[in-house]
Amino acid sequence: MSESAPTSGNGNGKAKGKLAIYWAASCGGCEISILGIDTKILDVAAAFDLVMCPCIADGKVRDIEKMADGEIDVCLFNGGIRTSEQEYMARLLRQKSKCLIAFGSCATEGCIPGLGNLHNRQEIFDNSYTSETHSTENPDNVRPQAVTEVPEGKLHLPIFYDTLKTLDQTVDVDYYLPGCPPESPRIWEAIEVLLSGNLPAKGATIGENTTVCDYCPRTRKNKKIKEFKRTWEVIPDDETCLLEQGLICAGLATRAGCGALCPQVNSPCIGCYGPNEGVEDYGARFLSALASVIDSEDPDEIDEIISKGIPDPIGTFYRFSLAGSLMRRGKRPAPAATSQ
Amino acid sequence: MSEQVFEPKIVGFLCNWCSYRAADLAGSARITHAPNVRIVRVMCSGRVDPSFVMKAFSLGADAVLIAGCHPGECHYIEQNYKAMRRFHMLRQTLKAMGVEEQRIQLVWASAAEGQQLAEAIDKMVDEVRQLGPLGWSGNWEENGERIQALEDIVKEHEQAMEVTA
Amino acid sequence: MAEKIGVYVCHCGSNIAGKVDVEEIAQWAGENLDDVAVSRDYKFMCSSLGQQMIEDDIKKEKLTRVVVGACSPHLHEKTFRRACSNAGMNPYLMDLTNIREHCSWVHKDRSLATEKARALISAAVQRVKHQEPLEPMYVDVNPATLVIGGGIAGLQATLELADAGYHVYLVERLPSIGGHMAQFDKTFPTLDCSACILTPKMSEAGQHENVTLLTYAELEEVSGSVGSFKVKIRQKSRCVDYDACTGCGICVEKCPRKVLDTEFEAGMGNRKAIYMPFPQAVPRVPVIDQDSCIWFERQKCRACEKLCPTDAIKFDQEDELIDIEVGNIIIATGWKPFDSKKIPQYGYGRLANVYTSMEFERLCNAAGPTNGKIVMRDGKTVPKSIAIVHCVGSRDDRHNPYCSGICCMAALKFGHLVLEKTDAEVYSFYIDMRTNQKNYEEFYQRLLGEGMRFVRGKVSEVTDAARMPTEQGKLIVQCEDTLIGRQQRYPVDMVILMGALEPQEDARELGLKCGISCSMEGWYTERHPKLDPVATMTDGVFVAGTCQGPKDIPASVAQGAAAAARVAGMITKGKVMIEPIVASINEQACSGCKICNNMCPYNAIEFIEETETSRVITALCKGCGTCVAACPAGVITGAHFNNKQIFAEIEGALWDALQPAAESSSQAETVPASAS
Repeated sequence: MSESAPTSGNGNGKAKGKLAIYWAASCGGCEISILGIDTKILDVAAAFDLVMCPCIADGKVRDIEKMADGEIDVCLFNGGIRTSEQEYMARLLRQKSKCLIAFGSCATEGCIPGLGNLHNRQEIFDNSYTSETHSTENPDNVRPQAVTEVPEGKLHLPIFYDTLKTLDQTVDVDYYLPGCPPESPRIWEAIEVLLSGNLPAKGATIGENTTVCDYCPRTRKNKKIKEFKRTWEVIPDDETCLLEQGLICAGLATRAGCGALCPQVNSPCIGCYGPNEGVEDYGARFLSALASVIDSEDPDEIDEIISKGIPDPIGTFYRFSLAGSLMRRGKRPAPAATSQ
Repeated sequence: MSEQVFEPKIVGFLCNWCSYRAADLAGSARITHAPNVRIVRVMCSGRVDPSFVMKAFSLGADAVLIAGCHPGECHYIEQNYKAMRRFHMLRQTLKAMGVEEQRIQLVWASAAEGQQLAEAIDKMVDEVRQLGPLGWSGNWEENGERIQALEDIVKEHEQAMEVTA
Repeated sequence: MAEKIGVYVCHCGSNIAGKVDVEEIAQWAGENLDDVAVSRDYKFMCSSLGQQMIEDDIKKEKLTRVVVGACSPHLHEKTFRRACSNAGMNPYLMDLTNIREHCSWVHKDRSLATEKARALISAAVQRVKHQEPLEPMYVDVNPATLVIGGGIAGLQATLELADAGYHVYLVERLPSIGGHMAQFDKTFPTLDCSACILTPKMSEAGQHENVTLLTYAELEEVSGSVGSFKVKIRQKSRCVDYDACTGCGICVEKCPRKVLDTEFEAGMGNRKAIYMPFPQAVPRVPVIDQDSCIWFERQKCRACEKLCPTDAIKFDQEDELIDIEVGNIIIATGWKPFDSKKIPQYGYGRLANVYTSMEFERLCNAAGPTNGKIVMRDGKTVPKSIAIVHCVGSRDDRHNPYCSGICCMAALKFGHLVLEKTDAEVYSFYIDMRTNQKNYEEFYQRLLGEGMRFVRGKVSEVTDAARMPTEQGKLIVQCEDTLIGRQQRYPVDMVILMGALEPQEDARELGLKCGISCSMEGWYTERHPKLDPVATMTDGVFVAGTCQGPKDIPASVAQGAAAAARVAGMITKGKVMIEPIVASINEQACSGCKICNNMCPYNAIEFIEETETSRVITALCKGCGTCVAACPAGVITGAHFNNKQIFAEIEGALWDALQPAAESSSQAETVPASAS
């Protein structure tokens, strides 16, 4: 919200800044990646007081609530917004932070939890609590309740939303740091930018504005695809562009930042760094590019090439970005589920 | 359903050289057709970016029409084939999201086919009318219990603060 | 900075106002749409007063954008752009939205039509905010012209331009120019001798100081764009030194190998392995047909080489690639005859005395294999009755749905020639008699008078299976005479099949090289079927003659001249404007994934190896935007149709669809604040 740079503490007697790191619907990988900046974490500690980070430090929501608005200098918020509690925390941290950063794929575009948007609460609960999966044993069909009466009073659980939202679909966001998780060197670069006070325009993604292909050493010749292949169907040669070998590599649509790690080990990019600068809808961009190079002019053949090679288009094109896409989710059968 | 007839809102992407001219021709020949398609002119059906379609749906369109020159007759030689490939990929993707196939249609109409374009529009409007509104804008909204739950959290935290204060 | 938009809604008399409440929309736009500074309706926006209104507002109200709701941009986009230009505004900051052809003219219900018009105006207002000033580009026009095809249309175009003082490269695939017209005996309806009127043009082209004749040559490759095309021509090896040859003809005379001439003589006569297609050929330089030459077959003979007085025979001559630069291209590649074997029930190829129309042209040509004597395949018997079957492969859904246009008249011409030269009866089997050009109907009447018989009906079969003694040894034409409603059998000696005119086999391929498209059948598509019949969608490429569709000689000549006039106009002007609607790549952000390079049929996207990025060659880009939609990184921008503009347009078009959603959107609702 604030245009000014976060107060940077560099040990020169300046007051230390306040840093919060929060997680919502996410896996914890972002925190691990923060720790991956290694000894530079000491520089972070020198510059900031960590006021909240449930993953690695004790901190009370109550303390945050007591803070003045804008008291926190930087908040790295990872995870999408799936429950009322997460939404509450997002709003709270927004209010208390000068600079709120959507940190990692979940917060920026929904990521894997966002694929839950193909279903609704009812379906997700049915699957988690009722269906006969190997990990489900629930003979009494117990389900989470928003309110439970106990002798001491009412116990509340956060309610679970039908639709996972990204951070910026919930509150105003200052900057974005993509990646699942963001690569540690990129995190440090972002922190350096924040510390420098030389901030980009609000709403910017701190990172590169080119795509993974830029870092991929494979040779690219001619893109024409007659058949999309699944990864187990071929052993790709390690010279040629994976896409030109029929593998659906998302590198061409995905923001650079990872250094093309996956394609370098013969594994196609799956798109965790999200869309490139200025792209509104990652999946639409990617599918457009891919469809454009299908080598057929016959509608039936095209349909067959697609349905054979891409049996799960959402998982292929929107694996990380469904919640953050223009469509945001699959169509819901009913306006909204009524109870948990 | 309501007693009012549902009038679908359809966004139509028409290529400058064939289908837009076909619509012009339908006009000069006064070929009456349904008024539901709001036309966006693009130079070529190959310009139609799948995100245009996504955008239209997310902004409340009930259906999207893409129209171009006939295959092999593209003003830009072969670009409508690219439109065709994208259309098929897009349709399968939208289907996976639960958007019915009739809501995204690709029609070929040469500059001389005002009649054909008008018929295709009428047919599409009929089909979408049968399906009813798509209602995508707001498809992601939660119901009222969300507000209640947020209020509860605020109340609970306030009470907790009073206790500790 | 907020824009100041002027919105102008046209009544077009009652054309729009009759179905759309224009006053109300203009008022609504002024009151409800952000950044609209002026909103007016007017009787006729395109009138000088209407334009003046816009110009005055731009100046007085300091408008930065203009939206006009009127007719199709194909009609008046230029008009309103000019008005904006006159008032000092960049013309590309105007958007004309079509509320007439696309709205008032085609919708019945006034309120629904008004709603649609409102949405279109709203869309245009949202779009125009994001439009950017663009500057048209100008390129110099190279005064040289390439004409492809040396038939009558190409010849006419060549001579018009050459006579006007401009250089022309005339490329012909066959060894001589002249085209199909050189094969004909007479031309309808005047019965001029075809050769007599064609050959002067041929020799003029052959000798013209401004014409470079490239015969036995084909177009290999075209690059560049209007004003400066770079063209590669493959000069096929003639095995004859073009400059040394005097055209004396000794080589042809002495060549021991005779082959069937399927080109010029349509299979009716022979030629030598070294040959000039016909006596008046231009240039008078023979070619060696390497497929039938004895030397190429078994390294023997060389008679021509030994006897050539100027040592012009060069067996080791190879194809040569010639690079030329031209400003414009005229395509006049003509047609090919329908393969009558595709309709087996007519017996062509199986029944000896069934002829194609091209065969018959050669048969009655005084310079043809029989010296113009109309005889049957045995070479001596004069037919006593001839059937002419119309619409063979034309007006037939199984082959070509179109009318070939000239066959009725050619059939009448044949009828006349037969009646003139023999005592034979001539029957014409027609579906409809099409004689709708100057003096054509009169020619038909003349043939009625001369005793040609006309049977209205489509021939179902031509057979030699006789059913009665009178049919013995004859060809029987089975046809329903639709005027009397009876199946009839006509025993005749000879049958002529009036085959359809079809596009050249490689028309599509050549079109692709030059960047122009074909119809489903393969005829080149003109820019506008009525108002721009010789220009194509690719600037600087024109079409003339039958490659654009079946037509007769006068029409081909007219088109050749018209194409030449268009080219001459371009040359005289010296510069040509290119619409600045082109794509551009942000090379900094391009990762060189190579999705786009394949996307462009004009090869306008080059890959730069050093930087591993792609770049749009602006002069080649036609602005279709396909690469923009394909770029997975979103780093290609299409000027005047960029994503921002189209997204805004979609948003504007759906302004009313959004409203109910806005009420429940999370932005609008009050969410409880956090505890404090």
